[in-house]
Formats: sequence, structure tokens, C-alpha cells
Amino acid sequence: MKYLDEFRDAHLVRACLDQLRAITTRPWTLMEVCGGQTHTIVRYRLDQLLPPQIRVIHGPGCPVCVTPMELIDAAIELAASPEVLLCSFGDMLRVPGTRGDLLGCKAKGGNVHIIYSPLDALQLAKAHPHKQVVGFAVGFETTAPAHALAVKEAARLGLTNYSLIVAHVLVPPALEAILSSPENQVQGFLAAGHVCTIMGYEMYEALARRYRVPIVVTGFEPVDLVEGLLLTIQQLEEGRYDVLNQYARSVRRMGNMNARALVEEVFEPTTRTWRGFGELPASGLALRPTYRDYDALVRFADRLAGLSEKSAVSTSMEQDCQSGLVLQGRLKPSDCPAFGTRCTPEHPLGAPMVSAEGACAAYYRYRSA
Amino acid sequence: MNQGFSQCPLPISPDETIRLAHGSGGRLTQRLIQHMFRPAFSNAFLDPLHDGAVLPSYEGRLAFTTDAYVVHPLFFPGGDIGSLAVYGTINDLAMCGAVPRFLSASFIIEEGLSFRTLHRVVTSMAEAAAKAGVHIVCGDTKVVDRGKGDELFIATSGLGSIPSGLDLGPHRIASGDRIVVSGDLGNHGMAVLSQREGLTFAGDLRSDSAPLHKVVQDLVKQGVGLHCLRDLTRGGLASALHELANGTRLQFCIDEPRIPVMEPIRGACELLGLDPLYVANEGRFVLLLPASEVDHAVAVLQQHEVSRHATEIGHVRLRDEDSHDPAVLLRTLVGTERILDMLSGEQLPRIC
Repeated sequence: MKYLDEFRDAHLVRACLDQLRAITTRPWTLMEVCGGQTHTIVRYRLDQLLPPQIRVIHGPGCPVCVTPMELIDAAIELAASPEVLLCSFGDMLRVPGTRGDLLGCKAKGGNVHIIYSPLDALQLAKAHPHKQVVGFAVGFETTAPAHALAVKEAARLGLTNYSLIVAHVLVPPALEAILSSPENQVQGFLAAGHVCTIMGYEMYEALARRYRVPIVVTGFEPVDLVEGLLLTIQQLEEGRYDVLNQYARSVRRMGNMNARALVEEVFEPTTRTWRGFGELPASGLALRPTYRDYDALVRFADRLAGLSEKSAVSTSMEQDCQSGLVLQGRLKPSDCPAFGTRCTPEHPLGAPMVSAEGACAAYYRYRSA
Repeated sequence: MNQGFSQCPLPISPDETIRLAHGSGGRLTQRLIQHMFRPAFSNAFLDPLHDGAVLPSYEGRLAFTTDAYVVHPLFFPGGDIGSLAVYGTINDLAMCGAVPRFLSASFIIEEGLSFRTLHRVVTSMAEAAAKAGVHIVCGDTKVVDRGKGDELFIATSGLGSIPSGLDLGPHRIASGDRIVVSGDLGNHGMAVLSQREGLTFAGDLRSDSAPLHKVVQDLVKQGVGLHCLRDLTRGGLASALHELANGTRLQFCIDEPRIPVMEPIRGACELLGLDPLYVANEGRFVLLLPASEVDHAVAVLQQHEVSRHATEIGHVRLRDEDSHDPAVLLRTLVGTERILDMLSGEQLPRIC
């Protein structure tokens, strides 16, 4: 398959690894930002093939994992209302909120629909004029343009039964939070190729300069990952800290200008609480005032009143779960005392054990022999 | 058995719908049986419409199995719930080495289903049974309130006879056996998913739903030494291998680059973040057999349309009992080894 087989070529992977071994003289700690990249590393057990000096730690790039409890609770609360059709991407469904997850809510009669595109929710709104269709807008910059398009289209059609719970988060503030932490160990980043496809990588240049870390925009296949590692280690060994683009088949420096303009028009940056990180300024997206009518949290404010206190109380439930440390790259999933014993995909303590992009799920599913 | 079927007019009016009374045992039930099921399935064992079918005996041992079919949508590219309910149960018998002989068929129908739809399903079942050479000899019909079913559920049980001297099953799998898969994977699950969700992908996604007993009978007839067969249904190849390995001291090792998955299926799985090794099939099976039998088996398999992509994908060895040696091991495209785990819950499509 074009764009796939050539990036899964075992010979190319081996050749890159040979180069990596040849140039690595010191220990280095790198972070791959995206959960999709984590899954590739663990799925193909690339970590077994790396030179022993290179430590790869896994970043916060699992949007499902960082979505705060109160937004999941809000989604569950709304899905339980008879007049609401709650639309969500599939891998949000198993993530636990304070009172269970969306799959459990569905089993009890909640109206939860798995959608494949944000525009599917619009179709549902058109087909069910007497229902309130609520989209759960989860994701990094990658999925934001499609949600922006859906909101614009809803406005154009004058749909009054469509709204969004906006949980979008932005990558650069999370990287900044990691780099500015006194406990930071990360010396170089593999940035998420699909996020940069939309947003470009211009905004990483200041970050790379300020913190003197090389950042390499990297794809998601085995060859991409080892090339990304090679480009990062080369810079570290030579004392450089540039932003390079390994994922050139998809990413331009300025990204996709149409998609960026769409996001800019519909959303504005807002402070967002990240599960595992806490509150980060300007790290999320909210609907601009022009589109505030489509904000489900505003539209259903009465119904959702009182939920946030309950969610706040519940954070104590998460004490057992160390996913915050995992998401910040300070703990390897397999080093968590609950991993694989008290915390499994069937009985997760936290989101990274159930999300398709969660680091704990990757470690559990693709354990090495 | 189907001579009566071709003369069967569409019963009553095709635009009529199933009502609760069609399952009450009264006149409407009788009409449904007389105008729909009996003409379609007619054979000497069914026609007396007695409380049970009286069947002849066969030499050798019997195999007996049952399965329920709840697929939605009822019709999908490459098949429908009717043919699936016949082939799925036949395939379970075939995996025991049995010649499928008789099926039962129970219908749980949701009030409001159109006669036209039911007739399409029943016709498809009758054609599938005729093609496979089995008789549907008994059955039942129940109607549930609207909203309490999903249009139509079908349960079939199957009875088959195993030729004397043939003994296939997990108990015969031994260290050193080879693992052969009869064809490319993931077709049924992706065809149904794309149809149900209205997803369009590049390429033609069609279910692989097909009867497997003829190719199994040919393998036996050609003298291929087989140890165990297992059809790959829900949960896919990964789950089937786990079921076979669990509770044994055996470890199944498969080679990712050798597992056949066609391009449209790979593409669709990549887009949705699904792993084809866990996706359902309805016309594929895995064979466990001695290394010396592999070439012969693959040659016979490839003569049949249903298994023309058959290929060897791995081997069986003893597990180290002291360490936590996994039951199923995958050698990846890049040559590393990892666990191929059981699925936890449904595979859910990812965000991006």
C-alpha cells in the first residue's frame, strides 16, 4: 500500500538503527509527543532495537487521556437525557469519568452514537429535528478543523438542535509545561506529524530556541519513528537544536492555511484543565462568542449545574492512578505499581489504560515476550 | 429439497408486516409457516411438521453445534443474515471434520418487519442450504414487540457425521505443528461495519461468508494429515489462536509479514485504527498440522476458490511454564517479538 509499506520496510528500519548506533556516544532522553507514535514504538517493539543509551519516554499526546473528568461527566449526564443524542469518537467511550464511562451509560439506555467524522453529528441533527444532538469535540489541533467546519455549517443551516462539548487541547502549551518543569528530563522531542499537518511547525521554533531542545516533526510508521530519532540524536550529538521536518510527505512549515483559518474563525484559545497536568493557560480551544450558541455547556447549563463539584470531589478517586506522571513522561507505564494488576483494560484506574492512543494501553496490549 | 421453493409465490402481500400474532401459534403463525418457511425449506424430514424431525443414522460419530446470528444490517456486501446463519453453523461442524447433514432454524422476529424482507432472508437461507447440501429439518418462530429486537435474529443448530477414523481437535495439536490460514483476513467484519455505518472506502469490501465443509472434506479425501481446524469468526485470528492455546502448554508463534490481508481491508483498518487480526471473518479457518503436511495442505486449499490465498503463517512450540511465557506470540514486520493479546472489549475506532 502506497505511503505505508515503504515506511514499514524492515531493511530501512535496520539501516536507520545502524546509523543511530554509529552516532550515539552519550545517554539521551527523548519524548515522542503523540500516543499514535507511542503505539508504533511499542507495537513493533522498536524500543528493543534502540542503542542502550537512548531512552524514549512517552508524551501527553493522547487527547482522550487528558480530557478532564468534568467534561466526561457532562457528556454522560447529557447522554442520559432522553432528548439528547450524544455523538463521540469511539475511543472516548471507555474512558472513565466520575460515574462510569459512556459505554456504561449506553448500556443503561443513554443515547450514545459513535461517529467517524464530526459532520456525521450534523447529519444526525438534520435527521432528528426533535432531538438535541451534542458532539463531544475531543482531540488536538488535528480534529479541530472538522469540528469548526461542523459548527459553521450548523450556523449556515440555522440548526438549533446541534451543539458541542468542546474539549480540544493544543500541543505547544503542553510541551512548554514539560520543558519548564524543574523535573524535566526531556532533551529532544518527536513532534506529532498529524498535528503539524494542520498547524505547521513554525510555532515550535521559538520553543526549540528558548529551551535549547531539538524538535523533529515525525510521522507514525516504524521508518518514520527511527528516522525522527536519528534526526534528533544527530542534533543532540552536534549540539544543535533546530526544528526539522521528517514528515515532509504531509507537513509544510505553515501547515494547512485553510484549516488554520477555519479553526481561528470558530475557536479561541482558553485555559483548560488537563487530566494529569492540571490547569494550563491558553492550552485549549473554546467557541468564539459568535458561535457560543453552539456550546453545549452553555445550552445545558441548568442540567449540568452541580456536576463540577461532584467531579472535583472525585479526583481523590484517581489517587491510585499515576497517569499524570505517565502523561508527563515521568513514569513508564510498566513501572506503575498498579500496571497489569489493579489496572487493566477491563478495570482501568485511568484513561491511558483504555484509550487507543494511551501509553498504558500500548504497554499492556503489546507486552514483549 | 428446494423443488417447492422455486414455485413459491411471495406469500400474502409483500408489503404486509409481521405482527405479534404471527408468533402466537394461531392462524397467522400457521400461514407464515405454510406460505413462507415450508415452501422454502421443504424436504422429507421437515414436511410432516411434527414436533421434532425424525432423522436417519450415520456411520461414525456425530458432531453437534449451535449458534445465534444477530448481524445488523441484515443484508451486507457478500451476504446476509440468512446465508450467514446456514454457513456459520455448517462451518462449526466442518471444523470437527463432520459432513453437515441437518440444521434447525429459529427465528426471533421484531414486530413490524416486512414480509418482503423476511422472504428475502428465508430465500437466501434456502439457497445456502441447497448449495451446501444440508436440510433444514425443524425450527421455531417467535415475534417480539417492536423495539425489543433488531428486526430479526436467527439461531441455527447443526448436526453432522464424522467419517470413521477421523479425529480432529485441540487435543491433537503438538509442539512442532505448523499454522496455516485458509485465506485473507478481516473481510466480513469490515464489510458489515462499513455497510452499517455508511462508510465508504477505496476498494470493494465484501464479506467472506462461505461454507467451508467442501474444502475440509477435500483435505480429508486427499489424505492430508490434519490435527485441528478452527474457523475464524468474531475476534478474528488472534482470538481463535488464544482459544486454542489457553489451558495448554503450547505457544502459537505467527509471523506478521506472512499474514494475508488484502489492500482494501488494510486501508479501511488503518483509517479506523482497527487491527485486522481481531476483525471477524465468516469464511476463513486456521489449520494446525505437522510440518510435513503443509505443502500438500496448501496445494489442496489453493484449488478451492474459498481458500485460494491459503498460506503458512507460523508454528507451535512448547511454552516455558515457569516464566510468564505468552500463549500467542507475534513476530512483527521489523523482526521483533511481542505478545498478541486477547481483545479487551470491542475494538473502537480511534480519534485520529
